[in-house]
Amino acid sequence: MARTVTTHRKILTTLLAWAVGLLIFFPIFWIIVLSFKSEGDAIKTPIQVLLSAWSFDNYATVQERSDYFKHFSNSVLISLGSTFLGILIAVPAAWSMAFVPSKRTRGILMWMLSTKMLPAVGVLYPIYIGFIRLGLLDTRLGLVLILMLINLPIIVWMLYTYFKEIPVEILEAARMDGARLREELLYVLTPMAIPGIASTILLNVILAWNEAFWTLNLTAAKAAPLTAFIASYSSPEGLFYAKLSAASVMAIAPILIMGWFSQKQLVRGLTFGAVK
Amino acid sequence: MKLRNALCAATAVSVMAAGAAHAENLVIATVNNGDMIRMQGLTDDFTAKTGHTVEWVTLEENVLRQRVTTDITTKGGAFDIMTIGMYETPIWGANGWLVPLDDLSDGYNVADILPAMAGGLSHDGTLFAAPFYGESSMIMYRTDLMAAAGLEMPTAPSWSFIAKAAREMTDRDNEINGICLRGKAGWGEGGAFITAMSNSFGARWFDEDWNAQFDTREWSDTLNFFVNMMGDAGPAGYATNGFNENLSLFQQGKCGMWIDATVAASFVTNPNDSLVADTVSFALAPDNGMGVRSNWLWAWALAIPAGTQKKMAAKQFIEWATSNGYIELVAEKEGWANVPPGARTSLYQNPNYTSVPFAQMTLDSILSADPNNSTVDPSPYVGIQFAAIPEFAGIATEVSQEFSAAYAGQQTVAEALAKAQDITNEAMEAAGYR
Repeated sequence: MARTVTTHRKILTTLLAWAVGLLIFFPIFWIIVLSFKSEGDAIKTPIQVLLSAWSFDNYATVQERSDYFKHFSNSVLISLGSTFLGILIAVPAAWSMAFVPSKRTRGILMWMLSTKMLPAVGVLYPIYIGFIRLGLLDTRLGLVLILMLINLPIIVWMLYTYFKEIPVEILEAARMDGARLREELLYVLTPMAIPGIASTILLNVILAWNEAFWTLNLTAAKAAPLTAFIASYSSPEGLFYAKLSAASVMAIAPILIMGWFSQKQLVRGLTFGAVK
Repeated sequence: MKLRNALCAATAVSVMAAGAAHAENLVIATVNNGDMIRMQGLTDDFTAKTGHTVEWVTLEENVLRQRVTTDITTKGGAFDIMTIGMYETPIWGANGWLVPLDDLSDGYNVADILPAMAGGLSHDGTLFAAPFYGESSMIMYRTDLMAAAGLEMPTAPSWSFIAKAAREMTDRDNEINGICLRGKAGWGEGGAFITAMSNSFGARWFDEDWNAQFDTREWSDTLNFFVNMMGDAGPAGYATNGFNENLSLFQQGKCGMWIDATVAASFVTNPNDSLVADTVSFALAPDNGMGVRSNWLWAWALAIPAGTQKKMAAKQFIEWATSNGYIELVAEKEGWANVPPGARTSLYQNPNYTSVPFAQMTLDSILSADPNNSTVDPSPYVGIQFAAIPEFAGIATEVSQEFSAAYAGQQTVAEALAKAQDITNEAMEAAGYR
């Protein structure tokens, strides 16, 4: 029997949800505000900051000093490339784990996830040396490969969870109708799992877009994405808050807009299988 | 005839190839600060003079340090020039990771580099990095608040005077703190300040056998003096304040005194950003009557990693960026107050520059710092706010975290010093020094 919810409780919950939402959004709001202020105004008290003059000067300065579009295109290529390559590898892997499990499947899944617990800096040197030898240092291909590898466990796990929800009988029926493995994957499984695959793609694009350790350590001038663009405005000696804020807004705006329009899919993806 | 044509064609191809080989594209890793950004804006002058183009990789100081260390230790060759400091240069030079700068052109005038800077950027007498700008630390103070307190700042004050003045100038009701100092964890943040301060109290990091010295009275005196003074006259939450936080406080008129990098002088006297620009004056960093002042010495310098394939072009860039010609170029475009300070002797003989209010005090501070004799008692290391050994950055970061915890009141000074002693001795033992 459904629990009755009083109006009073509804209002309280709504207010609480708004309060939490605003609290989480506040740092982004403040970055946006500071990005329109001068460096001198940006360090004043919050009231003085809000009352001071607004201008687009920081955006103009940032664009003049750094090539935003080069970093942006690198971010787009790296995040989309690594996600799609990951999906190509993860779909067959998740299929086999979901529908043809062996006694080691669970162990393999746990082992894949455990690689995410390894501190990245622990493997920096071997990977850096490997990249030098393979000529992948400061290349977009190198970053596509490394981001695909570090996000692969999450992609496999998410797809595995979705595939487990699909009745195996449907795939068996397709096989009885003469579908071979390739057709089963392409024309039966994938269309049914499209919402799950879309959520996985969205989440992994966001993860790859925001990844800062590898993208800073394996790039120099050519393949640097927006994470390096932001890092170039941070400084422990000198006030660059306003310019740093403008650079941050420029870096997060595309992913923020994408997240806004796809929030339904994202929420669905993150909560899939949580409630049965 | 055919032979002559063939020879002509071959010669032309060779000349073109040689020309192409000369026009290099240099990748330079650097830090984000005002002087470096200014240099990036003037790179066209270098390209016009040499034909070489430049790509900049600008990173936050700590990120840059990690990034260039990874590249140079693996001979990655991602950068043709690196911006490094006085801490890394002698260590990397000794390891053979940097190209010696012993064949710079006569016109460059190496002898003009300030001796303190050249010494700190050399190993065994060989220069491995050219200083782009140098700095020490000094007192920046509010003349109006000092006068209101009925005090007069000596040119070379003692710590007891500074503590007294700080307490007199403090006005909590009007949010004025007598003194703002770094307390933030990190070897280059609060760690640098307290190490330089400890030198003037007769403390040192290591004795001559590399034993940690945090169990000595001198270190206890240093930390207790600092904590008491900051508790009475420092800003709330000073345990997390670094350069930027104090700069912000000072510019808003919330500090009576600030002891920090000499480069801050141009920020606090800039009326566009500072509310107190007209009432700032300068003095040498304090001492404690033991013959050593509490100022540090630092330089951001340009070095060539041994892994680069473009050594000649890289040397040309370094000669351009650290030359007197570059200083004149900046002066012409942005005024003398904005030229990179603390690198060349001739700058301080130039009447155009000596009229800048903080020029003489910056020079005096730099000249009074000696990395080879930074402590009262003899020590086995070179460096003032650091010990130039590879292990120092890691150890000092941990030690400064313990100190910051004491500043925040999470532990006592005695507990912080005891932990610092253990951390340092353990690390030095593991590294084979003891």
